[in-house]
Amino acid sequence: MGLLYGLIAVGLALIFGLMDVTNFAHGEFLMIAMYLSFFLFAFFAIDPLLSAPLVAAALFVFGAVVYLLIVRFAMRAKANAGMVQIFTTFGLAIVMRGLAQFFFTPDYRSIPQSWLGGKTISIAGLFLPEPQLVGALVSIFAFAGLYFFIHRTDFGRALEATREDPGAVALVGIDKNRVFAFGWGLGAALVGLAGAIMASFFYIYPDVGASFALIAYVTVALGGFGSVFGAFAGGIIVGLVEATTALVLPPSLKSVGIYAVYLLVVFIRPRGLFGSI
Amino acid sequence: MDKDFAARRRRDLIIAAVLAVIAALTPLFVKDVVVQNILILTLMYAGLSQSWNILSGYCGQISLGHALYFGLGAYTTELLFTKFGVLPWFGMLAGGAVSALIAMGLGYPFFRLRGHYFVIATIVIAEIGLLLFHNWEWAGAAMGITIPIRGDSWLKFQFLRTKLPYFYFALALCCLAWFVTWWLEDSKWGFWWRAVKDNPEAAESLGVVVFNSKMGAAAVSAFLVAVGGSFYAQFVSYIDPESVMGFQFSLLMALPAVLGGIGTLWGPVLGAAILIPLTELTRFKFGGSGRGVDLIVYGTLIVLISLALPRGLLSLFSRPKKTGATR
Repeated sequence: MGLLYGLIAVGLALIFGLMDVTNFAHGEFLMIAMYLSFFLFAFFAIDPLLSAPLVAAALFVFGAVVYLLIVRFAMRAKANAGMVQIFTTFGLAIVMRGLAQFFFTPDYRSIPQSWLGGKTISIAGLFLPEPQLVGALVSIFAFAGLYFFIHRTDFGRALEATREDPGAVALVGIDKNRVFAFGWGLGAALVGLAGAIMASFFYIYPDVGASFALIAYVTVALGGFGSVFGAFAGGIIVGLVEATTALVLPPSLKSVGIYAVYLLVVFIRPRGLFGSI
Repeated sequence: MDKDFAARRRRDLIIAAVLAVIAALTPLFVKDVVVQNILILTLMYAGLSQSWNILSGYCGQISLGHALYFGLGAYTTELLFTKFGVLPWFGMLAGGAVSALIAMGLGYPFFRLRGHYFVIATIVIAEIGLLLFHNWEWAGAAMGITIPIRGDSWLKFQFLRTKLPYFYFALALCCLAWFVTWWLEDSKWGFWWRAVKDNPEAAESLGVVVFNSKMGAAAVSAFLVAVGGSFYAQFVSYIDPESVMGFQFSLLMALPAVLGGIGTLWGPVLGAAILIPLTELTRFKFGGSGRGVDLIVYGTLIVLISLALPRGLLSLFSRPKKTGATR
């Protein structure tokens, strides 16, 4: 679970690290991804595991379009830039939730028989639920891929450079909007991947994003804004803390542990664990 | 202080007095209960948003966790009332005091945090509060508290036959929050807040002074919001954790100020006057079907307004001013 949190959070961290925008609709991106893989399963009987790349690709387009249509303008605001971004992305979240309710009704859905759902695997006497295990593996691969992408490819360098100094980058002929749109697409695609995997073992309903979004923000902040590695590490910590809390406190309080650890960490280190901003 | 500023402050006070009198007379003409209900909520959110604006707008410490203080106000009042029979009036003050103390206690570590770290910390702390109340048996846990009916009187702050007293209390609360903001704007704190907001690094060199003024902002803001919370609890006469401490309240408090103009005296009032009737009407018209049309309309408006008018609606009325340290 922690690695999945990491995967959700990495997408958010990428968007934040790129351009200082917190996407308050991140949870709703996740929700869309889950619905998408649900419908791919319902209509075409494609297992969520197989549809994951499709969902990720769709979310990539979605993220880029959201950037070009909305976020681009929010970033132009000269006054109250922070508030404008918070409220435009939040407004977007509300619209997405409303649309989901309108088209999909508020009912809970789940994918009844996926390849992974409800199965466990036994490794050295430990019983591990398969979906979570696969989720963890996919997360690790996705993270490794992203890390490679950012640090080893030209486009990754362009991303980094645009983040450091958007003005100077324009001088060398890099189109800021294209880079940022690509970054948003990438962030959304990662969430899409996480959503597709989660769809195989989680209930799907219009508000599902909200319950993960706060944890994603906490994860990113815990790792430190601006650090993709931090978000991944934050995800692992959050997963471990959640599991530990669930042992001591009633299940409904399991998130309290995560929040407490977050507060503790930022009080000691106000920039998060690996934060640079 | 220059003459313009003094004149503007006097003008603001006169406008506020006129508006308050007009508002106080509206129930003479508006008898429709649905409309009265919307007016009460509008006034309440104007007051809440004005209080939120003190910490987040003037002082620049953006809090999205004010639902905590709203909920604490509601819970303190109702727990004292149902368990110990303490009159809501005292409960209201107690709730305010509890919230102000907690706000200051939290301010101690929180004010070291910057930007998004601060915002997330405020969301997180409100969420912790919500979860704790959710699991607190004595406080009704998830079931919440139904406020028993003990008669129809100002003394017990319960009115069964008419909504008018609630209306006048909401109006008074709104005026109080406005007046406190107006008064603080020209105080030592007011100037420190602007310093903190405009240039945190420079303000930091003022050290303790800045810290104390942030604490002051947090305490005043939390106190007023808690009073709003206990009013709301009496008004709806049923509370549970989600209905008074949910994240939506943090937003509903922030939105009017943001839409009207954050960090301005009139922004929250203007924002609430437009936003709350709009919210209620879209819910009235499109809600209830359970199909989320009200959310779509509401969300679209938020996106459009915040994109089109980053300084808030108020910026439509003011002539473009040269930017400076004061105002």
